Amino acid sequence: MSITADSKFHVLAVDDSLIDRKLIERLLKISSYQVTTVDSGSKALEFLGLHEDDQSNPETPSVSPNNNQEVEVNLIITDYCMPGMTGYDLLKKIKESSSLRNIPVVIMSSENVPSRITRCLEEGAEEFFLKPVQLSDLNRLKPHMMKTKIKTQKQENEEIQELQPPPPPPPPPPPQQLPNNSKRKAMEEGLSPDRTRPRYNNITTVV
Amino acid sequence: MTTACKGFLDEQFLQLEELQDDANPNFVEEVVTLYYRDSARLILNIEQALERNPLDFNKLDSLMHQFKGSSSSIGAKKVKAECTLFREYCRAGNGEGCIRTFQQLKKEYATLKKKLEAYFQLARQVGPAETACRPK
Repeated sequence: MSITADSKFHVLAVDDSLIDRKLIERLLKISSYQVTTVDSGSKALEFLGLHEDDQSNPETPSVSPNNNQEVEVNLIITDYCMPGMTGYDLLKKIKESSSLRNIPVVIMSSENVPSRITRCLEEGAEEFFLKPVQLSDLNRLKPHMMKTKIKTQKQENEEIQELQPPPPPPPPPPPQQLPNNSKRKAMEEGLSPDRTRPRYNNITTVV
Repeated sequence: MTTACKGFLDEQFLQLEELQDDANPNFVEEVVTLYYRDSARLILNIEQALERNPLDFNKLDSLMHQFKGSSSSIGAKKVKAECTLFREYCRAGNGEGCIRTFQQLKKEYATLKKKLEAYFQLARQVGPAETACRPK
C-alpha cells in the first residue's frame, strides 16, 4: 500500500440539490480533484466509514483505524441547508470523530448570514463559500488539503519507522562469473540504504 | 449568451458556459435540463401547497428556498427575484401576496424556458466547426 506522490486529492461533496451537486462536481473536476458526491450528511458519514453510534460509545478505541475508509478523503465540502442533518451538524460530527477530525471541512450556503458563518468557522470549518460557488473559490482549497496531507504523511512515516526495525545489511554478493543481468542485480543489492527508503518525502508542492 | 437572454440570465450563466469544453460539450444543456425537471416538481408542490387552507407558510418558504437555490445556480435572475419576493410574503404571512407572486413567477419561468430553448437551438446550429465537418 504505497502513497504515490502524484495521486489526486479526493474531495467529498455533500448537497441535497442535484443541480448543485452537478455544478460542484464539475468545478472540482476542472480543478483536477477526484470527486465523490452524496446527497445527505448521513450518506457522507457512511462513506467516511463512521457510524453515528460510534462516537457516543466510550468503548470505541481512540485509535480508530483509517482502514475503515476504503478511499482517502482529503476535504469535505458541504451545503449548509439540508433536510435532516444540516451541514453544520455534519461538521460537528466530523470534528468530534477521532478518525475524521483532521479532514478539512468547507461549508457552502446560498444565504449570507454572518452569525451562521461565524458559527461554522468556530466549529472548525476552514472556509465558508457563498453559493453559487465560483471556480476562483476553489483555489482556496488546496492549501488546506496540502497541510493535512503533509501532516498525515509525517504521522505515517513516524508510525512505520516505529513498527519496522531497520533491515539487516544485505550479504555481499557471491564472487562468481555471472552473466550481465545477475551482475546488475548483485549491484542493486549493494545499494545504500537511502535508496531503499520509501519515497514519502518526495512531496510535490504545486502552488 | 445571446442578447435576447440578457436580463433573464445573469453572470452565473456565463460561468456555466465557461465550465463547458470539448470534453464536456453539453454541460450547460445538462444542467438546464436538470433545472427544468427540478422546477416542474417544485412548481407542482407549491401549487398543491397553495391550495391548502390555512396556508403552511413554513412549507411554502422551504419549497421556495429550493427553487431560489436552483434558479440562482443557473443564473435565472428574474425567476430568482420572484422567489425572493415570494419568501418575503411567506414571512409576513401574506397569502394573497404569495399567490400573486407565484403567478408572476410562473410567467417569468415560462419566458425563460422559451429563451433558453432558442439559445440551445442557436448553439446547435452554430456549433463548433469540427462537428460540421465530421462525417456522420
